[in-house]
Amino acid sequence: MKYLIMVYSNPMTRTVWQGFSPAEQAEAWQAHAALNEDLAAAGELIVSQALADPSLAKRVSVREGRTITSDGPFAEAKEHLAGFYLVECETIEHVIEHAARIPEAAFGLVEVRPVLEPNGLEP
Amino acid sequence: MKLATQVEDLLRELAPQVLGALVRRYGGFDTCEDAVQEALLAAAVQWPTQGVPGDPKGWLITVASRRQTELLRNESARRRREATAIRLEPAEPGTAPEVDDTLALLLLCCHPSLTPVSQVALTLRAVGGLSTAEIARALLVPEATVAQRISRAKQRIRTSGGEFRMPPPDELPARVTAVLRVLYLIFNEGYTASSGTALHRAELTTEAIRLARQLRDRLPDDGEVTGLLALMLLTDARRPARTRPDGTLVPLAEQDRSRWDAASIAEGVRLITGTLATAPIGAYQLQAAIAAVHDESRQAADTDWRQILGLYDLLQGIAPGPMVTLNRIVAVAMVHGPEVALRQLTTAESDPALARHHRVHAVRAHLLDIAGDREAARTYYQLAARRTLSLPEKQYLESRAAHLAPPDGGYPSGGAGGPVR
Repeated sequence: MKYLIMVYSNPMTRTVWQGFSPAEQAEAWQAHAALNEDLAAAGELIVSQALADPSLAKRVSVREGRTITSDGPFAEAKEHLAGFYLVECETIEHVIEHAARIPEAAFGLVEVRPVLEPNGLEP
Repeated sequence: MKLATQVEDLLRELAPQVLGALVRRYGGFDTCEDAVQEALLAAAVQWPTQGVPGDPKGWLITVASRRQTELLRNESARRRREATAIRLEPAEPGTAPEVDDTLALLLLCCHPSLTPVSQVALTLRAVGGLSTAEIARALLVPEATVAQRISRAKQRIRTSGGEFRMPPPDELPARVTAVLRVLYLIFNEGYTASSGTALHRAELTTEAIRLARQLRDRLPDDGEVTGLLALMLLTDARRPARTRPDGTLVPLAEQDRSRWDAASIAEGVRLITGTLATAPIGAYQLQAAIAAVHDESRQAADTDWRQILGLYDLLQGIAPGPMVTLNRIVAVAMVHGPEVALRQLTTAESDPALARHHRVHAVRAHLLDIAGDREAARTYYQLAARRTLSLPEKQYLESRAAHLAPPDGGYPSGGAGGPVR
């Protein structure tokens, strides 16, 4: 089963992050790097990425065939996706063990969701 | 048939035989497997343009042996000591007892020390002769992930003492059971909409059937091996009718049965009939028997649900589980009516293993649907659609819910949903 581990960020965690010493920030990045390496070595990692700041996001809408973009940041979004891991593991419990290693989990900002599988028996 | 396709089929057939010959000669399953993989790739490039050699198996063994010595030379000192024992002459073709090699390889690739995803990847490569890239495309994961799974699996086999030989007779049944589970996993992985991007995955069902045939050649008297092959054939026979052109699923009850593969059905029925008469009963045989009852009904309305219910009763006795319980309840509805089935579903739900199973809602929706309670059915179809982990099933459940939405001036008529398997 594939699962997406989503790592969120919010104004509170950004403040906490900015208050970190360089050594503390390095330690947090190291935790992500170590998780990434362990997932890859286990053959469980599909892909993982950290996302650029939401101020660089563009919202896309198509109206009457015309593509319109608007620039972020989008005030209504208090929490935003900061990064993700797409993994394949036997059980969601095992994924939760991985997710608990993510530093952002200390702030309750890590979410695990199953991915819809493209196969299935006919009803 | 195009030459490239012929070459591919030939290579896939020879892959386990060549690997078996190499492992028997040199030992060291993991290095041999890499060497054979490279020989297969070389052949896949050369043979279609330069022609197939007179002794294709001997060619592959020679090339793989050469590669094997190179690989060993590049490895550690421990490895180098082993390499001194290597004989360099090419293999004598035709002397390899490939019958046992394929079985021993299957058992090794499905070694109990490995996780199911690793067993699947290793089996597809070492026995199926697929490349890492092909496996990655079929499993919808990056090539690096598959490569890592294979190398880790081989490492784990080495450290846990897995050997290329037949296990002792008392271990054999459990080891064969593991192989059957892996083949069924491969089959189900591929049993999806056979359109567009899903094509590579659909080939997995063909591959699973091919491997199950090879296994049956080796263990013709094992009822469960035959049962699994029959189950795959009888399920795959419905493939042409199970999806609409837009890729959505057609429930069993609404499929155009004239499009079912009659040859596969005939073979599956022949296999399951033969084995039920001779071998001890098992879960795959019972599932195959159920599939056979469906496949032999000319119309959905002709289905012998009494027989299906009897088979589910037996299945629940020897291999109980949430899916068996739920499928049996669907059969109960067809024999005794939806009210009886709904009462049994409520009782079954008190089992914690079942209470959280997403199919409970789908089955309840179906039962309410045939009972005529369209509004409640719609609610449960919607609930089930939110809980499923299968995209085609989600689309199907949503379409059922939409079909039951009250339009202006009353409900639409007709179109009962199929039993949810």
